[in-house]
Amino acid sequence: MKHTLSPQRYLILLAVMLTASVGDTLLSHGMTQVGPVSLHHLGTLFIALRNPWVIGGIVLLLGFFASYLTALSWADLTFVLPSTAFGYVVVALLSRFWLHEHISAYRWAGIILIVCGVGFVANGPSLTEHPHADDAQ
Amino acid sequence: MTPVTPHAGTFETWATILTVALTAIAGDVLTAGAMRRIGDLDDIRAHSGILGAIKAVIGSKMFLLGVLSMALSFFSLLFTLSKVDVSLAAPASASLTFIGNAAAAKIFLHENVDRRRWLAALFVCAGVILLSK
Repeated sequence: MKHTLSPQRYLILLAVMLTASVGDTLLSHGMTQVGPVSLHHLGTLFIALRNPWVIGGIVLLLGFFASYLTALSWADLTFVLPSTAFGYVVVALLSRFWLHEHISAYRWAGIILIVCGVGFVANGPSLTEHPHADDAQ
Repeated sequence: MTPVTPHAGTFETWATILTVALTAIAGDVLTAGAMRRIGDLDDIRAHSGILGAIKAVIGSKMFLLGVLSMALSFFSLLFTLSKVDVSLAAPASASLTFIGNAAAAKIFLHENVDRRRWLAALFVCAGVILLSK
Protein backbone atom coordinates (compact mmCIF):
# COMPACT_ATOMS: atom_id res chain seq x y z
CA MET A 1 0.00 0.00 0.00
CA LYS A 2 1.44 3.32 -1.03
CA HIS A 3 0.85 6.03 1.55
CA THR A 4 0.17 9.11 -0.49
CA LEU A 5 -2.21 11.77 0.75
CA SER A 6 -5.61 12.72 -0.61
CA PRO A 7 -6.31 16.42 -1.35
CA GLN A 8 -8.44 16.55 1.81
CA ARG A 9 -5.47 15.41 3.92
CA TYR A 10 -3.21 18.01 2.31
CA LEU A 11 -5.83 20.54 3.42
CA ILE A 12 -5.48 19.25 7.01
CA LEU A 13 -1.69 19.76 6.76
CA LEU A 14 -2.30 23.26 5.37
CA ALA A 15 -4.55 23.91 8.39
CA VAL A 16 -1.72 22.70 10.69
CA MET A 17 0.67 25.22 9.07
CA LEU A 18 -1.69 28.19 8.95
CA THR A 19 -3.57 27.91 12.25
CA ALA A 20 -0.38 27.67 14.33
CA SER A 21 1.37 30.60 12.70
CA VAL A 22 -1.64 32.90 12.35
CA GLY A 23 -2.81 31.94 15.88
CA ASP A 24 0.58 32.88 17.35
CA THR A 25 0.54 36.16 15.41
CA LEU A 26 -2.96 37.03 16.70
CA LEU A 27 -1.94 36.16 20.29
CA SER A 28 1.18 38.29 19.97
CA HIS A 29 -0.83 41.23 18.59
CA GLY A 30 -3.41 40.86 21.35
CA MET A 31 -0.84 40.66 24.15
CA THR A 32 0.87 43.85 22.94
CA GLN A 33 -2.52 45.57 23.38
CA VAL A 34 -3.01 44.04 26.84
CA GLY A 35 0.44 45.03 28.04
CA PRO A 36 3.06 43.24 30.15
CA VAL A 37 1.92 40.57 32.63
CA SER A 38 3.88 40.19 35.86
CA LEU A 39 3.79 37.45 38.51
CA HIS A 40 2.28 39.95 40.95
CA HIS A 41 -0.57 40.86 38.58
CA LEU A 42 -1.66 37.52 37.12
CA GLY A 43 -5.22 38.85 36.99
CA THR A 44 -4.15 40.68 33.82
CA LEU A 45 -4.27 37.28 32.10
CA PHE A 46 -8.05 37.16 32.66
CA ILE A 47 -8.36 40.64 31.17
CA ALA A 48 -6.39 39.32 28.18
CA LEU A 49 -9.09 36.67 27.67
CA ARG A 50 -11.53 39.47 26.82
CA ASN A 51 -9.33 40.79 24.02
CA PRO A 52 -10.76 39.74 20.61
CA TRP A 53 -7.27 39.17 19.13
CA VAL A 54 -6.36 36.86 22.04
CA ILE A 55 -9.70 35.02 21.71
CA GLY A 56 -9.11 34.62 17.96
CA GLY A 57 -5.58 33.35 18.63
CA ILE A 58 -6.81 30.78 21.17
CA VAL A 59 -9.52 29.55 18.78
CA LEU A 60 -6.97 29.14 15.99
CA LEU A 61 -4.52 27.31 18.31
CA LEU A 62 -7.32 24.92 19.34
CA GLY A 63 -7.90 24.37 15.62
CA PHE A 64 -4.17 23.74 15.23
CA PHE A 65 -4.17 21.06 17.94
CA ALA A 66 -7.21 19.32 16.43
CA SER A 67 -5.72 19.28 12.92
CA TYR A 68 -2.28 18.26 14.28
CA LEU A 69 -3.79 15.27 16.10
CA THR A 70 -5.81 14.34 13.01
CA ALA A 71 -2.67 14.44 10.88
CA LEU A 72 -0.75 12.29 13.40
CA SER A 73 -3.49 9.65 13.20
CA TRP A 74 -2.64 8.91 9.54
CA ALA A 75 0.92 10.21 9.06
CA ASP A 76 4.33 9.77 10.70
CA LEU A 77 5.60 12.30 13.23
CA THR A 78 8.67 12.89 11.02
CA PHE A 79 6.30 13.69 8.14
CA VAL A 80 4.02 16.08 10.06
CA LEU A 81 6.67 18.03 12.01
CA PRO A 82 8.41 19.66 9.01
CA SER A 83 4.95 20.81 7.92
CA THR A 84 4.46 22.57 11.25
CA ALA A 85 7.86 24.24 10.73
CA PHE A 86 6.51 25.70 7.49
CA GLY A 87 4.46 27.93 9.79
CA TYR A 88 7.67 29.86 10.57
CA VAL A 89 7.86 30.70 6.85
CA VAL A 90 4.21 31.82 6.83
CA VAL A 91 4.86 34.15 9.79
CA ALA A 92 7.97 35.59 8.10
CA LEU A 93 6.08 36.19 4.85
CA LEU A 94 3.10 37.71 6.71
CA SER A 95 5.44 40.06 8.55
CA ARG A 96 7.12 41.05 5.28
CA PHE A 97 4.11 41.58 3.04
CA TRP A 98 1.37 42.47 5.57
CA LEU A 99 3.24 44.24 8.36
CA HIS A 100 5.98 45.51 5.97
CA GLU A 101 8.77 44.40 8.30
CA HIS A 102 12.31 44.03 7.03
CA ILE A 103 13.52 40.46 6.46
CA SER A 104 17.29 40.05 6.53
CA ALA A 105 19.29 37.88 4.13
CA TYR A 106 19.75 35.36 6.99
CA ARG A 107 15.98 35.03 7.34
CA TRP A 108 15.46 34.58 3.59
CA ALA A 109 18.13 31.84 3.74
CA GLY A 110 16.27 30.26 6.67
CA ILE A 111 12.99 30.39 4.73
CA ILE A 112 14.61 28.68 1.73
CA LEU A 113 16.10 25.94 3.96
CA ILE A 114 12.74 25.21 5.62
CA VAL A 115 10.95 25.13 2.25
CA CYS A 116 13.60 22.63 1.02
CA GLY A 117 13.20 20.56 4.21
CA VAL A 118 9.42 20.40 3.80
CA GLY A 119 9.88 19.56 0.11
CA PHE A 120 12.10 16.56 1.01
CA VAL A 121 9.40 14.85 3.09
CA ALA A 122 6.40 16.04 1.06
CA ASN A 123 7.47 13.88 -1.87
CA GLY A 124 7.93 10.74 0.22
CA PRO A 125 5.47 8.33 1.82
CA SER A 126 3.47 9.79 4.69
CA LEU A 127 3.32 6.67 6.86
CA THR A 128 5.75 3.87 7.73
CA GLU A 129 4.31 0.43 7.09
CA HIS A 130 4.57 -1.91 10.06
CA PRO A 131 4.10 -5.57 9.10
CA HIS A 132 2.70 -6.43 12.54
CA ALA A 133 0.83 -3.18 13.16
CA ASP A 134 -2.26 -5.07 14.26
CA ASP A 135 -0.33 -6.61 17.17
CA ALA A 136 0.14 -3.19 18.71
CA GLN A 137 -3.61 -2.45 18.86
CA MET B 1 9.55 48.62 36.27
CA THR B 2 13.08 48.22 34.89
CA PRO B 3 13.41 45.18 32.62
CA VAL B 4 15.87 42.61 33.95
CA THR B 5 18.45 41.29 31.52
CA PRO B 6 18.38 37.48 31.51
CA HIS B 7 21.56 35.92 32.84
CA ALA B 8 22.58 32.33 33.47
CA GLY B 9 25.79 30.33 33.44
CA THR B 10 26.67 28.10 30.51
CA PHE B 11 25.60 24.92 32.34
CA GLU B 12 22.30 26.40 33.51
CA THR B 13 21.60 27.85 30.05
CA TRP B 14 22.01 24.53 28.25
CA ALA B 15 20.39 22.48 31.04
CA THR B 16 17.21 24.57 30.81
CA ILE B 17 17.22 24.53 26.98
CA LEU B 18 17.75 20.75 27.03
CA THR B 19 14.86 20.35 29.48
CA VAL B 20 12.57 22.29 27.13
CA ALA B 21 13.65 20.14 24.17
CA LEU B 22 13.41 16.80 26.02
CA THR B 23 9.93 17.47 27.42
CA ALA B 24 8.79 18.70 23.98
CA ILE B 25 10.16 15.53 22.34
CA ALA B 26 8.44 13.36 24.97
CA GLY B 27 5.18 15.23 24.34
CA ASP B 28 5.40 14.84 20.55
CA VAL B 29 6.36 11.16 20.65
CA LEU B 30 3.74 10.22 23.26
CA THR B 31 1.04 12.10 21.37
CA ALA B 32 2.04 10.57 18.04
CA GLY B 33 2.19 7.09 19.63
CA ALA B 34 -1.27 7.60 21.14
CA MET B 35 -2.74 8.70 17.81
CA ARG B 36 -1.16 5.67 16.11
CA ARG B 37 -2.83 3.37 18.66
CA ILE B 38 -6.19 5.13 18.42
CA GLY B 39 -6.22 4.86 14.62
CA ASP B 40 -7.36 7.06 11.77
CA LEU B 41 -9.45 9.88 13.27
CA ASP B 42 -11.24 10.41 9.95
CA ASP B 43 -12.58 6.82 10.16
CA ILE B 44 -13.54 7.17 13.83
CA ARG B 45 -15.36 10.44 13.07
CA ALA B 46 -17.19 8.78 10.17
CA HIS B 47 -18.39 5.94 12.44
CA SER B 48 -18.89 7.62 15.84
CA GLY B 49 -19.10 11.32 15.04
CA ILE B 50 -16.94 14.13 16.38
CA LEU B 51 -17.83 13.32 20.01
CA GLY B 52 -16.71 9.72 19.50
CA ALA B 53 -13.39 10.95 18.11
CA ILE B 54 -12.89 13.33 21.05
CA LYS B 55 -13.76 10.53 23.50
CA ALA B 56 -11.28 8.17 21.84
CA VAL B 57 -8.48 10.76 22.09
CA ILE B 58 -9.16 11.95 25.65
CA GLY B 59 -9.59 8.34 26.85
CA SER B 60 -5.99 7.50 25.91
CA LYS B 61 -3.58 7.61 28.87
CA MET B 62 -0.65 7.93 26.48
CA PHE B 63 -2.24 11.02 24.95
CA LEU B 64 -2.81 12.57 28.39
CA LEU B 65 0.83 11.88 29.30
CA GLY B 66 1.84 13.55 26.04
CA VAL B 67 -0.23 16.63 26.84
CA LEU B 68 1.31 16.71 30.34
CA SER B 69 4.80 16.63 28.76
CA MET B 70 3.83 19.43 26.38
CA ALA B 71 2.59 21.49 29.35
CA LEU B 72 5.88 20.81 31.18
CA SER B 73 7.76 21.90 28.07
CA PHE B 74 5.74 25.12 27.90
CA PHE B 75 6.41 25.99 31.54
CA SER B 76 10.09 25.06 31.29
CA LEU B 77 10.28 27.35 28.24
CA LEU B 78 8.80 30.17 30.30
CA PHE B 79 11.36 29.43 33.04
CA THR B 80 14.17 29.34 30.47
CA LEU B 81 13.08 32.65 28.95
CA SER B 82 13.36 34.25 32.37
CA LYS B 83 17.04 33.29 32.49
CA VAL B 84 18.24 33.01 28.88
CA ASP B 85 17.89 35.43 25.95
CA VAL B 86 14.98 34.52 23.69
CA SER B 87 17.26 34.82 20.64
CA LEU B 88 19.21 31.80 21.95
CA ALA B 89 16.54 29.87 23.85
CA ALA B 90 13.82 29.76 21.17
CA PRO B 91 15.85 28.62 18.14
CA ALA B 92 18.12 26.32 20.19
CA SER B 93 15.21 24.48 21.83
CA ALA B 94 13.23 24.33 18.54
CA SER B 95 16.23 22.98 16.61
CA LEU B 96 17.11 20.39 19.27
CA THR B 97 13.46 19.33 19.30
CA PHE B 98 13.44 18.75 15.53
CA ILE B 99 16.59 16.62 15.57
CA GLY B 100 15.57 14.81 18.77
CA ASN B 101 12.13 14.04 17.34
CA ALA B 102 13.64 12.41 14.27
CA ALA B 103 15.78 10.15 16.50
CA ALA B 104 12.96 9.45 18.98
CA ALA B 105 10.49 8.66 16.16
CA LYS B 106 12.95 6.10 14.79
CA ILE B 107 13.68 4.52 18.19
CA PHE B 108 10.28 4.58 19.90
CA LEU B 109 7.75 4.77 17.04
CA HIS B 110 9.83 2.65 14.64
CA GLU B 111 9.27 5.16 11.85
CA ASN B 112 11.26 4.76 8.69
CA VAL B 113 13.49 7.83 9.14
CA ASP B 114 15.40 7.55 5.88
CA ARG B 115 18.03 9.89 4.49
CA ARG B 116 15.33 12.19 3.09
CA ARG B 117 13.69 12.67 6.51
CA TRP B 118 17.04 13.22 8.27
CA LEU B 119 17.89 15.85 5.64
CA ALA B 120 14.48 17.46 6.19
CA ALA B 121 15.09 17.61 9.97
CA LEU B 122 18.58 19.10 9.46
CA PHE B 123 17.38 21.67 6.90
CA VAL B 124 14.46 22.73 9.11
CA CYS B 125 16.79 22.89 12.13
CA ALA B 126 19.28 25.14 10.27
CA GLY B 127 16.40 27.18 8.85
CA VAL B 128 14.96 27.85 12.31
CA ILE B 129 18.38 29.02 13.55
CA LEU B 130 18.72 31.39 10.57
CA LEU B 131 15.18 32.74 11.02
CA SER B 132 16.08 33.88 14.53
CA LYS B 133 18.99 36.03 13.25
